[in-house]
Amino acid sequence: MSNAMHIFLSIDLMPLLAVTLALLACGLIGNFLVLRRQSMLGDAISHAVLPGLVIAFILSGTRAPLPMFIGAAIAGGVVAVLAELVRRLGRVEAGASLGTMFTIAFALGVLLLERATSGGGAARQVDLDADCVLHGLPETLTWDAPNTWGNVFTIASLETAPPQIAVLLGVFIVVAACIAIFFKELRIICFDPALATALGFKAGPAQLVIVALVATCTVASFEAVGSILVIAALICPAATARMLTDRLTTQIWLSAIIAINSAVLGYAAAGFLPGLLWDGYAVSAAGAITVVLGIVFTLSALFSPSQGIVARAIARQRLTSLIAVEDLLALLYRSEERGHLPISLSSAHQTLGGHRGTKAINRARRASQIDTTADRIALTASGQRDAAAIIRRHRLWESYLVDEAGIAADHTHDVAEVLEHTRDDAERPIAPVAGPGIDPHGKVIPKK
Amino acid sequence: MIALTASAPAAVPWHDIWNILVLRGGHNATIVMIGSGLLGLAAGLVGAFALLRKRSLSADALSHATLPGLAGAFLIAQWAGIAPNGAILLFGAALAGLIAMWCVELMTHHTRLTEDAAIGMSLSVFFGAGIVLLTVIQRHGGAQGGLKGFIYGQAASMMSDEAMLTGGIALGIILVSFLLHKELALVAFDEAFARVGGWRVFFIDAMLLLLVTLVTVAGLRIVGAILIVAMLIIPPAAARLWTDRVSFLLVLSGLIGGLSAYVGVAISATVPHAPTGAVIVLSAGAVFFVSLLAAPRRGLLAITLHHISLHLKVSQDHALRRLLLAEHETVSQYKCVWWLFSMLRLRRLVRVHKGTPTLTPSGAARATRVARNHKLWTQYLISRAEIAPSHVDWSVDQVEHVLSPELIAELEYELARAEAPTS
Repeated sequence: MSNAMHIFLSIDLMPLLAVTLALLACGLIGNFLVLRRQSMLGDAISHAVLPGLVIAFILSGTRAPLPMFIGAAIAGGVVAVLAELVRRLGRVEAGASLGTMFTIAFALGVLLLERATSGGGAARQVDLDADCVLHGLPETLTWDAPNTWGNVFTIASLETAPPQIAVLLGVFIVVAACIAIFFKELRIICFDPALATALGFKAGPAQLVIVALVATCTVASFEAVGSILVIAALICPAATARMLTDRLTTQIWLSAIIAINSAVLGYAAAGFLPGLLWDGYAVSAAGAITVVLGIVFTLSALFSPSQGIVARAIARQRLTSLIAVEDLLALLYRSEERGHLPISLSSAHQTLGGHRGTKAINRARRASQIDTTADRIALTASGQRDAAAIIRRHRLWESYLVDEAGIAADHTHDVAEVLEHTRDDAERPIAPVAGPGIDPHGKVIPKK
Repeated sequence: MIALTASAPAAVPWHDIWNILVLRGGHNATIVMIGSGLLGLAAGLVGAFALLRKRSLSADALSHATLPGLAGAFLIAQWAGIAPNGAILLFGAALAGLIAMWCVELMTHHTRLTEDAAIGMSLSVFFGAGIVLLTVIQRHGGAQGGLKGFIYGQAASMMSDEAMLTGGIALGIILVSFLLHKELALVAFDEAFARVGGWRVFFIDAMLLLLVTLVTVAGLRIVGAILIVAMLIIPPAAARLWTDRVSFLLVLSGLIGGLSAYVGVAISATVPHAPTGAVIVLSAGAVFFVSLLAAPRRGLLAITLHHISLHLKVSQDHALRRLLLAEHETVSQYKCVWWLFSMLRLRRLVRVHKGTPTLTPSGAARATRVARNHKLWTQYLISRAEIAPSHVDWSVDQVEHVLSPELIAELEYELARAEAPTS
C-alpha cells in the first residue's frame, strides 16, 4: 500500500465515513420533518441533549458512546415532554414553548460543563466542551490503520476503528429500515393526517416514531459531527430534494444522494481548499459541510427546472409578454370590428403602455401576426385567426358570467379580461355556453 | 463527581453577590450591572412583541447568524489592518443577522418551503459558515479568545464604556418600543385590521425586526450568540402565564428579563466558572418554572386546585341530589364516599342521625337548586338542542354544576315559552 493511501486510511477514512453516515441518517428522516413542518424539532433536540451528555459524563466518568447516548436521549425526551406541557398550559405557540425549553436546557448544559471542567476536572482531559458539541470534531476520529491491504479487512484491525462509526452505521440501518417498512404510514401522515385517522391508524404514534428516530439520529450524530451540522443535515438535503421533485420516493432518494455528495465534497473542501487558497491549514469539516449543504440548496432553489426561482421568473416573464401580445391582437380585432381600421402605431402604444406595447408589437410582427406599414398596424390573416380565438374566449366568459354566475353584464368585462388568457382546463366551464353566438353586450362571438 | 464536590454550595460567595446586587461592587461593576439590567428589560419588551407576532423562533436564526458576521468582520478588519474593535464586530453581526432574516423571508415567499425549514436552514448554514471562519482565524494565530466572549457571553470582562453603550442602546430600544407599542400590538393581534385601517404593516414589521436585531447585537457581549434568543423568548413566555392583558404582559416580561439579567450578571461575576449567558438564562428559566407552577389560572397548582374543587363540588351536588330524591338511606350505603359526608356535615348541609343522613334546611335548599338545574337542562337539551333522551343524563351531569345565574334565567324563560302551548 502506498504511503498516501495509508495516511488516507488512518486520518481521513473514519471522519469521512462518520460524516457520510450521519448525513445519510439525518437526511433520510429529515424528509418527514420538512414535510410535516417540524424542522425546528431537530434544532431543539440537538441543543437540549447537552445537559444529558454532561450529567452522563459526570456520572459515568467516561466518554463512551453508550452512557452518552442514554444521557442525551433522556435529556431530549424530558425537554420534548416539557415543551408540550408548556404549549398546552401556557397557550403560547409551539415554537416559543420549544424555544423556552431548549434554551434553558442548553444553558444548564453550558453551566454544568463549565463547572465540571473547572479545577482540572476530568472532562478537560477528554475534550468535552460546548464547542465540541456545537461544532463537532469529526477530524478526531482517527484510525490506527494497518499498512498493508491484507490486514485492513481483518476483524482485529476493524475492532480498532472508532466506536462512533459502528453506532452511526447502526442508526443509519435502523432509520433506513423504519422508512422502508413504514413508508406508507409515514407518507399518509405527512400529506393527509386526517385521512390517516379516518383510515383507522392514528397520526399520534407515527409522529412519535418520527420524533424517536430524529432523536436517535441527532444523539448518535452530533458527537461525531456537532449539533449545527445535525440541524443542517436534517433540513437541507430534504429541502433541496423538495425543490427538485414532487414525488416522495424520488425526494427521499435524491436527499440521500445530496447527503452523500455534500459530505464528501464538504470534507474534501475543508481539507484541500485552504491549501489551494492561502496555506495548508484545514478548516472545520463540520462547518464546511454545512456551508456546502447551504450552497447546494441555494443552487437548487435558484435553478431547479420546475421549482427554481429563475425558472419561475422566466415562465412568468413569458406569460407576461404572451398576455401583452394577446391584448394587442384583441385591441386590433376590436378596432377592426368597429371599422376604425387601420389604427396608428402610437395609439396602440398608448393603450398597451409604452415599453410593454413596443415589445408586444415587435413580438407580434416577428410572429407575422401583424403588418406595420409606416404608422399603421393591421392584423395579418394568421393574426386575425389568433385574435378571433382570444375574443371568442373573452365573450364566451362574459356570457358564462352573466348566465351561469349571475353577474351583472356591466361588471363582467374586467373578469373576462383576465380569464381570456387562460387555456386548456380552465376553458371547460365556457364550452357549453357557445349556443347563442351573441355576448351579453350584443357583440358577435367569433366562430372557432 | 470530583468536579461537583469542588463546587459545593458552601463555596457560593453570598456576601459578594449581595454587594454587587446593591451596586456596591465598584464603579465598573455598577455600570455593567445597570447596562445588563436595561438590556434584559429591552429584550423582555421586544420579545413580548415577537411572541405575540409569532416570530420568536426567527430570532434564533438571527442570533446564530451573528457568528459569521462577527468572524467575518474580524477577518476583514485584520486584513485591512484595522484593530477589530467592538463597534466593527457588532456592525458585522447585525449585518449578517439581517441577511439571514432576509434569506428566511426569501425562502418562505419564493420557494415552497415552510418557515420552520427556512429558519432551521439559515440558522445552521450561517452558523456553520461562522465555524469555518473561526477556524480560519484560529489557524492564523488570531485572538479567537476575544470572539469567544460573543458566543457564550462574558459580562465579567466588560469595560464600563462597553456597558454604557449597551445600556444606551437598550434605553433607545425601550423608548422606541414604548412609542410604537400600540402599532406593534395591533399588527400582532389583527394584521388584517391593521392593513384595512391604513397602517403600514410592512413598516411596523420592519421596525420589530430592527428592534430584535438591536437587542441581539447589544446582548451578544452579555448573553452570547447562542443563548440571546432565550432572553427574547423566556421572559414573555413566563409573563404570558400570568396575564391576558398586553400592557401587563409587556411590563411583566420586561421586568422578568431585566431582573434575570441583573441577578445573572451578579452571580456570574462572583461565582467562578459560571458563564454569564448560561446563568442569566437559567435565572429567567427559574422565573419561568415558578410561573408555570404558581401562576393564577394557568399555573400547574391553580389548575390542579381548580380540578379538585370542581370535582368536590360535583360530588357534593350529586350526593345532595341523591339525598333529596331517595330519603331514608343510611350512610353505609354511601360507603365509598365517607369523606364526602364528613365534608357535607362540616358545611352543615347534612345531618347524620343514627347512621341516616338527612338534609339540613340549607342543604335542602342547595339540593333543590341542583335538582332544578338538572331538570332545566334535561328539558332544554331534549326540546331545544335535539339530543336523544338516552344521551341526556351524561351531558347534564357535565354541565349542571357550571350554570351561571343569567343562563338559568334565560333557560327558564325559554322553557316557559316552550311549555306554554301544552300546559
